[in-house]
Amino acid sequence: MKAKVKVTLKSGVLDPQGKAIEGALGSLGFGGVNGVRQGKYFEIELAETDRAKAEAQVKAMCDKLIANTVIENYAIELT
Amino acid sequence: MKSAVVVFPGINRERDMTLALQQVTGHAPIMVWHTQTELPKVDLVVVPGGFSYGDYLRCGAIAARSPVMTDIRAKALKGLKVLGVCNGFQIITEAGLLPGVLVRNAGLRFVCKEVKLRVENNTTWFTNKLANGTVVNCPVAHGEGNYLCDAETLKQLEGEGRVVFRYADGSNPNGALNDIAGIVSEAGNVIGMMPHPENMIAPIHGKTDCLPLFESLLAA
Repeated sequence: MKAKVKVTLKSGVLDPQGKAIEGALGSLGFGGVNGVRQGKYFEIELAETDRAKAEAQVKAMCDKLIANTVIENYAIELT
Repeated sequence: MKSAVVVFPGINRERDMTLALQQVTGHAPIMVWHTQTELPKVDLVVVPGGFSYGDYLRCGAIAARSPVMTDIRAKALKGLKVLGVCNGFQIITEAGLLPGVLVRNAGLRFVCKEVKLRVENNTTWFTNKLANGTVVNCPVAHGEGNYLCDAETLKQLEGEGRVVFRYADGSNPNGALNDIAGIVSEAGNVIGMMPHPENMIAPIHGKTDCLPLFESLLAA
């Protein structure tokens, strides 16, 4: 199975990189950009074929390493 | 006082820290490679600065999960003194030894300069030689030193006097919450700070403002 994991900053956590990107979009002439938040995306190849087990496994990976839950949320998609 | 300095791939301030500890304690610290599963018997373990694992994933994230950290965590729970400086602070927060997290500097730039550091709690083993309110010069060198924690944790840190160092006189280089430059654990044995006191203790550094911090180790 393959897990696609999206890690995003929790709302309220300042994202200076997102702000810089937002500024650069403005200077390129893209109007109407109300905000940019930068996140991370992971593709994880799993040997596990059982969906529930795979999900539990990836959730543990996210909690232990892939995301810092003090500032980040994560979303898992299995395919 | 016996000490150890932990070395991860990509760490670069371990020699500075070693010299500082040797100068003050009279003993060379034991260098501990990150793959070691057991720490030697020491009174203090220092996690130094640098760029462990190239700051991949998040600064300090990979180093915080390396084999040596398991024993450091276990011994820290039993009261072993742990000092994390710069990347070391990032590593020990990622390892859960201190609350909060260090994120990208608010100004987005890597900052390498001297700041003013105010001692906020002089009852710790790293600050007992200085009076509360003392302001010392201290260098910083980091891209991710912006201390962040949730409101509840902040209230706890401030209420319990666990902010050990604060950037003073408007010298906050990274946007850290409440100008926090260094904190101590609830039990008092784990201290983390972004600035580099080991680089301001000898005449060759230009100033010796931070020597009393290391001298505090002898009184502790």
